Amino acid sequence: MSENVEKDRSQLRQKQMIGGHFERLARAKEDGKKVVYTFVPGNLTELLGAFDILPVLPEINALQSGMRKKSGGYIATAEKAGHSEDVCTYVKCDVGQLKNGNFGPTGTKLPEPDLLLLSYTGCFTFMKWFEILKQEYKCPVVMLQVPYQSEGEITPEMRRYVADQIRDVVVPALEQTTGKKLDMERLREQLRWSARAEDDLVAVWEAAKRRPSPIDGYFGGVYYVGPIFSSFRGTEEAALYYKELREEVEQRIATGQAAMTPDGPQPREKYRLVVEGPPNWTSFNDFWRMFSREGATVVASTYTRVGGLYDQGFRHDPDHPYETMADYALGCYTNLNLPSRVALLEKYIKEYEADGFFINSVKSCNSFSVGQLLMLRELEKRTGVPGGFIESDLVDPRYFGKANIENRVQSYLQMLDARMHRPLVPGEGHPVALPVVEGGTR
Amino acid sequence: MSQEVAVAPSADPAAPLLARAQAALEDRKLETVKAWKAQNPGALAIGHMPIYTPRPLIEAVGALPVAMFGGGDQVDIIRGDSYFQSYICHIPRSTIELALGGDLEPLDGVIFPAICDVIRNLSGMWKLLFPNKWSAYLDVPQNFDRALGGKFYGIELARLAKELHERGATKLTDEGLARAIADENERRQAIADLDALRRKEPWRVRASEAYLMVRAGAAVAAKEHTELLRAFLAVAGERKTRAYDNVRVVMVGSFCEQPPIDLLRALEKAGCDIVWDDAQLGMRTIEGPIEIAPGRSPLDALVDAYLDKGCATASRYIANGVKGQALIDRVKATDAEGVIFSAASFCDPALLDQPMLEAALNEAGIPHTSFKFAENTAQFQVIREQAGAFSDSVRLFGGGA
Repeated sequence: MSENVEKDRSQLRQKQMIGGHFERLARAKEDGKKVVYTFVPGNLTELLGAFDILPVLPEINALQSGMRKKSGGYIATAEKAGHSEDVCTYVKCDVGQLKNGNFGPTGTKLPEPDLLLLSYTGCFTFMKWFEILKQEYKCPVVMLQVPYQSEGEITPEMRRYVADQIRDVVVPALEQTTGKKLDMERLREQLRWSARAEDDLVAVWEAAKRRPSPIDGYFGGVYYVGPIFSSFRGTEEAALYYKELREEVEQRIATGQAAMTPDGPQPREKYRLVVEGPPNWTSFNDFWRMFSREGATVVASTYTRVGGLYDQGFRHDPDHPYETMADYALGCYTNLNLPSRVALLEKYIKEYEADGFFINSVKSCNSFSVGQLLMLRELEKRTGVPGGFIESDLVDPRYFGKANIENRVQSYLQMLDARMHRPLVPGEGHPVALPVVEGGTR
Repeated sequence: MSQEVAVAPSADPAAPLLARAQAALEDRKLETVKAWKAQNPGALAIGHMPIYTPRPLIEAVGALPVAMFGGGDQVDIIRGDSYFQSYICHIPRSTIELALGGDLEPLDGVIFPAICDVIRNLSGMWKLLFPNKWSAYLDVPQNFDRALGGKFYGIELARLAKELHERGATKLTDEGLARAIADENERRQAIADLDALRRKEPWRVRASEAYLMVRAGAAVAAKEHTELLRAFLAVAGERKTRAYDNVRVVMVGSFCEQPPIDLLRALEKAGCDIVWDDAQLGMRTIEGPIEIAPGRSPLDALVDAYLDKGCATASRYIANGVKGQALIDRVKATDAEGVIFSAASFCDPALLDQPMLEAALNEAGIPHTSFKFAENTAQFQVIREQAGAFSDSVRLFGGGA
């Protein structure tokens, strides 16, 4: 958001929360706190909280580096050290950050991990990432394998496999790291706080079904998911944040305000979009403005579901701690097969009454990106709603060609404008050639 | 320092076998599969991506496993490219191209074993594009505890067998699986013998020839492949050739998307004897025989083999092992003098693995070089020059880079 735009209370609270977390991390060693590095999708934050462990999430650090224009340098460092230009830039950003002193997004030094908790869900690269970090930090690593929902469902066998690993592998590793036994009541308490926050977050998402939508569910949404995706799920602090956020959104509804944009409240909601794929972080506000200045509001997005499909009914259940953590890990968006992802997007397009959907296909994330061109066709066929498609990257500034992408977005919105006066017939297909290659080498 | 080392075809007793293997490599319309199905009416042919797949399980239910290696350099990609962004590797493009063009029509289903996010998502694309064809994603364990990952994998394998049975395959029985495992073990031994000969006398069996002979097993039953391999081994010793002053190298990174056979030949011409490689790793993943331990079922044996004998590769979690140690051991076991990293462009597992392996090799003082390819790469001059410079460097200076 621009400096001169008044920030919401929840946003200020979130900033304080995140700043406080990095301060705790900077003091972790002197405070005798244990530090575990882990990932966002399918993470076991409540379990870490029950052990008083401080989590570090390398993806969050990488995206923060992207927003702070530091990722380009970090990636260059990693590539000079032999990492391929072809692979995930989150990984390279993290490696580069490590090789440049391992200073976190707020400028404080990040502590080295006491343990790497590899929750291997929805992304093969996670496994390689922590193999690389294990070699760098020479610390122990514990893996939680999360089966892929290849048939579009969580089977009892999958749930049992994940729950057994948590109980028999992860918990003992955490007990060894901390020298403490797991306090099951404490874990249940954490799970209770999670469920409360999840209730409020769902209310926030679903507010976007209104016209005008009081939120932007993608660009704005990435701020909303900050606490629950990262270190705060399972805390009272996070529950309070989401309560406050929900109240703010309800206030916006009461006063008829549209979504916030980088330039203040959206003056007009001209287009309602659903977005698939992560955002670009190096030019985040520029990217957002390409939509917001044209009156486009994102009413639902899949990226904001990589940390949990709460709006599809999942809630952490304190009565079944291992099983609920297993279900959470299994249910994250990128752990869904392509037919399920298409079905979810179709549902969002219909339920949120979207005028169009847009795919930002990022080079770094095959987990998201492979199949998106087919998803585009399939969604147009099923919904009659036209889709837009661009290619960029997560944190590699070389892959965000602003002028090119802006042209594409504008063309798409102009086409959408025309279409809104003549709805696309299901199966009719799409009139605009969409794929954009930014720095592609093929 | 390049060397032409091919045996003159007219004097080569292995020539007919190599020609048959070459024909198998070029059989993109699956004529052999069609012939097999004509001889086995009602039996299923099941494709699988070329990395590790439990082929004995497929054979045990009376089906024919068919390794799908993409289109190689034989297919112009037109429709396939429209499904994938610029930064995705090549094998899913050509696989989709072949499928949309009807070349994979003889297959009654496809298995997508876990190896990376691309192949994982390809399994979902398959479900959307070919909803009337059976397909399955096979999650392999990354937890190697028998009570955890082993139990899960056993359930996965039983699920596959059940689904195949529901689609017309015979029911999985212990006897049938034990027989298929025995056939697979014989094939594995024949491949091991081929690899041993290639290590001992690389001028007698070039890497490109060994590649062809292994590839010939992609779409035939294990028993038939074993017969072909044994026939080749029987005449390999009679081949008239001579030793060359080449460097011995291990080549890694080509375990899924395959390098063009001419790339292997280019490396040979550049003075490299490839004494081990991970191309077609699916055929070599299990190191040693699949053994049915007392009190264990044949299905358990497949699980045990994967847990205990699965070779180190980029898509297999290293757990508490030392990254790169397996490669160093491989270099030592094969008396190799260096390593060539040959990864497909945009291959996440191989390219993410590579810096870790390079670091281990550097520490061990083992020279290495690297390049990338695509399955349809047609220009090898740069690679040949690079490999030539590498082999010269190793030969003259012991590879001190």
